[in-house]
Amino acid sequence: MPELLRRLLNSPQGAIGLAILAVTIAAVLIGPLAAPQNPEGLFPLARYKPPSSVNWLGTDQYGRDILSRLLYGARATVSTAVMATALGTLAGAVIGTLSAFVGGRVDEAIMRTVDAVLSVPSLLFALLIVNLLGKSGLNALLAVGIAFAPGMARITRSAALTVRKQDYVNAAIARGESTRFIVLREMLPNVIAPIIVEMTIRISFAVMLFATLSFLGLGAQPPAPEWGLMVAEARRFMHLSPWMIVWPSLAIATVAIGFNLLGDALRDALNPRT
Amino acid sequence: MAYTLAIVSILVFGITQILPADAAVMMLGESATAEALAALRERLGLDAPAWVQYGHWLGAALHGDFGTSLRTGLPVGGMMLEALSRSLLLAGLAIGLMLLVAMPLGIIAALRRGRFADLLVSIVSYVGASLPEFVIATIVILLLADWLQLLPATGYVPLTEDFWRGLRHLAMPVFTVSIILVAHVARMVRSELVDVLHSDYVRAARLKGLSPRTVLFKHALRNALLPTITIVALDVGYLLGGIIVVEEIFALPGIGRQLIVAIQSRDLPAIQAGALIMASTYCIANFIADMAYAWLDKRIQYA
Repeated sequence: MPELLRRLLNSPQGAIGLAILAVTIAAVLIGPLAAPQNPEGLFPLARYKPPSSVNWLGTDQYGRDILSRLLYGARATVSTAVMATALGTLAGAVIGTLSAFVGGRVDEAIMRTVDAVLSVPSLLFALLIVNLLGKSGLNALLAVGIAFAPGMARITRSAALTVRKQDYVNAAIARGESTRFIVLREMLPNVIAPIIVEMTIRISFAVMLFATLSFLGLGAQPPAPEWGLMVAEARRFMHLSPWMIVWPSLAIATVAIGFNLLGDALRDALNPRT
Repeated sequence: MAYTLAIVSILVFGITQILPADAAVMMLGESATAEALAALRERLGLDAPAWVQYGHWLGAALHGDFGTSLRTGLPVGGMMLEALSRSLLLAGLAIGLMLLVAMPLGIIAALRRGRFADLLVSIVSYVGASLPEFVIATIVILLLADWLQLLPATGYVPLTEDFWRGLRHLAMPVFTVSIILVAHVARMVRSELVDVLHSDYVRAARLKGLSPRTVLFKHALRNALLPTITIVALDVGYLLGGIIVVEEIFALPGIGRQLIVAIQSRDLPAIQAGALIMASTYCIANFIADMAYAWLDKRIQYA
């Protein structure tokens, strides 16, 4: 692991990505403690204040402190995106590994179906699921997770097919282990590297997708300090108070860029031949 | 492709009509009266088994009949196809603009690998790929419509009605959508071209004494662009997702906006038609890309 970290820090992408990740984790963990004000505290006398020494990033239409809302919102936006990605990855990984392990017609059928599901754009798929479940932050999380599962299944399968040919899998079959044991205990741990790379990149998509759902009014609901929702609410005031829309947009973009960079750097670090 | 479309139609129909415990309640809301619910159930045939419902719906849909909108009372199919034509115009213009910008960017980055221009292109494409459409759209509106007062912020005028005004309204949506595409494609062109420039046949062409220009355009670029076609086709998926958001922001009455309206007003036939049409568009785009690939690269044969 220290070797991997060293390699990551050696590339500019990895270093920047890790730095952004560190800041993000800090915001998620201690953000609410560090926030100077209550994110839902209304201050009618301090509405539409541009950035100042009191409100570093300014205030919004209810006089709420934008910095505090961003710090609280890190939990809503980033942790939801991470959980959604983890959910999608887990589901996809199980499907993909199973498909690769069983092989033959079942594999073919599963993969053709996955391809078909992939032909529904993920935002549209997520919209349909939210429509089915009803709009809320939790449902948006589920929707993003489900929308990610087919893509992850495809990637896991191709990684698993390589592992499937290895001797230790044949040995497990010869030992008479159950399918479940072989898939979960023998194959899955060995296909983890490409999955982690893909997952890191997908977290950046998840942040964007989740923010987009909230932006469209189908994810987190007001007055939650979710970043996408903050952008959506600030749109009405952007002509006179552009800072209200700039900061949350910047936050989303920074986190998305960070995970993107980190994913690319991880791919290079785990795959040294390129 | 037929299999893919069949699965997609099952998926769309399943998510919208079969899976909800009661589609009638979902459409009319919790406070609907029992009579209204019963009437709607009968009209939609919700008391029939799932596969019968699906068969009816698909049969009608294949004949272009997606039912009538619960919101407007008009046939959904025509409404959605008209909206689709506007979206396709937006998508077509965005792809065109993307090719005009992304190709030169990718080529310059590959030729000046490791230099300043390359770094700049990769930074720009990282940032472009990491900004959600609604953030880009907001920045674009803030810059072009608000501060510079160059373009109208929202709205839509058909090109047939007033060509220049229509184009001015389309400019910002097209620009927004193409930024993300440019980011992807420029990166792809760069990495493919870098590989190709290191290949033996390019070296051979150089050693033959051909001009750098001929080597680039006749030898290297052709092969570098092949994988790019696949990426463009895959990007149509992004494009369709992006279009949903961009149309909503710029109040452009395309299929994405229709779909959002349909979802917000629980207009089930419209949701089904919109989702199915969008997914089919993506399938067709991929199919065309496969065909183009095979046509350009004679080594590939599809049985």
